[in-house]
Amino acid sequence: MTSTANGDGRNPHVLAHSPKDNVAVAVIEGLKADTDAFGVVTENNGTFRVHVKSDIPIGHKVALTDLKAGDTAIKYGQDVGKITADVAKGEHVHTHNMKTKRW
Amino acid sequence: MADVMISNQSPFVGGAPDQFYTPALPSKRASVDAAKATFMGWRRENGRVGVRNHVVLLPLDDLSNAACEAVANNIKGTIALPHAYGRLQFGEDLAVHFRTLIGIGSNPNVAAVIVIGIEEQWTNRVVEGIAKTGKPVVGFGIEQHGDIATIARASYQAKKFLQWATELPREECSITELWISTKCGESDTTTGLSSCPTVGNMYDKLIPHGIYGVFGETSEITGAEHLCKERAASPEIAEKWYKMWKSYQDDVIEAHKTDDLSDSQPTKGNIEGGLTTIEEKALGNLEKIGHECKYIDALEPAEAPAKGPGLYYMDTSSAAAECVTLMAAAGYVVHTFPTGQGNVIGNPVVPVIKISGNPRTVRTMGEHIDVDVTGVLRRDMTIPEAGDALIDMIIRTANGRLTAAESLGHREFVMTKLYRSA
Repeated sequence: MTSTANGDGRNPHVLAHSPKDNVAVAVIEGLKADTDAFGVVTENNGTFRVHVKSDIPIGHKVALTDLKAGDTAIKYGQDVGKITADVAKGEHVHTHNMKTKRW
Repeated sequence: MADVMISNQSPFVGGAPDQFYTPALPSKRASVDAAKATFMGWRRENGRVGVRNHVVLLPLDDLSNAACEAVANNIKGTIALPHAYGRLQFGEDLAVHFRTLIGIGSNPNVAAVIVIGIEEQWTNRVVEGIAKTGKPVVGFGIEQHGDIATIARASYQAKKFLQWATELPREECSITELWISTKCGESDTTTGLSSCPTVGNMYDKLIPHGIYGVFGETSEITGAEHLCKERAASPEIAEKWYKMWKSYQDDVIEAHKTDDLSDSQPTKGNIEGGLTTIEEKALGNLEKIGHECKYIDALEPAEAPAKGPGLYYMDTSSAAAECVTLMAAAGYVVHTFPTGQGNVIGNPVVPVIKISGNPRTVRTMGEHIDVDVTGVLRRDMTIPEAGDALIDMIIRTANGRLTAAESLGHREFVMTKLYRSA
């Protein structure tokens, strides 16, 4: 098995697609509030840490910066919708505070 | 007599969860030269290669499902493809109906076909369409005979076709002769990170060697349409594609739209899996076409590709069974299906290979998954390694390994309906 460059070699808690992203995805089950989560950016193998403030179910998103209502959520380096309520870095981002711009 | 000891390693021991989905692939597989890989397939009368050898009972219409299912029950080893439509359709909706039926019968995974319809004229239209491939096909009309006599006549014919088909020899075929379709389902954020890029990597590796590929899901490109348009092989095809996408937006979405399309885009399953918006879903969806290939045409639903080997777009619904049925009708013989939350779909004539990178899904419903790419999220499996694992599973499937969906009896055959019947 090829070892992937992921900083300290640990399996990540969260993954972001692009260095431009302001949200990342929990990729383990049971990511709990108050975890100092280890993250990797898949596009360039860059690593980061984010202090998770909410329980994040697997597959759900965590904010990588403080976001204000009206901000654009960025994932894949692209616009994936608008933030509808203020979110602090490390908090859960989903349907309660984010919405499509399409329909 | 000694007790027979069966080790825990035996593939015949153990219940759920199924421990036999493909393990993370050893990295030595990365050295496989995909272009030189072969499988044992059936070469049909028109030169196309199939990976299954079905004898199909094909109903023209909903009324003929009962007779087709009765024949399939009489003659073991044949399959009936019941569906809901075929009466009082007209215009483009009827054209899609005929194209789908003729296309399914013409698919190289089908050795021979019996068509049963309520009356003979439309039945013969399907028979004549399938006959252009050169394969054996016969039609029966129910009117003036009734179900019982029709079932008897069709059963004698089905038995002849089945015994003929089961003696057809397989021959060694290049993987480059495969037509491989893709569509994902019950997506979540893990599909865009792992299983969809796995399919994209497979296409990046195999399309240059001459396979046919296809992707679709018109509504699920929304949010990534600027990127999808850029992936057309020419400005003309980009414009043709954009018109298809825009016409769906204007004629269907704008005419009928509701907030979040009534929890259909994204679906409840998508949302449970962490997807929040259609834009986010679309960007993950588009990962299935990799980074290198460009699509060379934009096809109507169930239209067979006619511009030679390469990647195609097809205007389809994003509902799994409708989309896979249309791609099978266009002649694709293997389907690759990334799933996050665990869509269980299959198809009666085309093996549907499921790929998942979501560890919860693989743990809780692993019996549905053929290729486990959870290592991608752990960062101990690269996307190229996952792509090789998928290519390996495509070859094994083409050689006859039943997919999870085939083993579990998933035969979803769903006609696309464009508008209300007359």
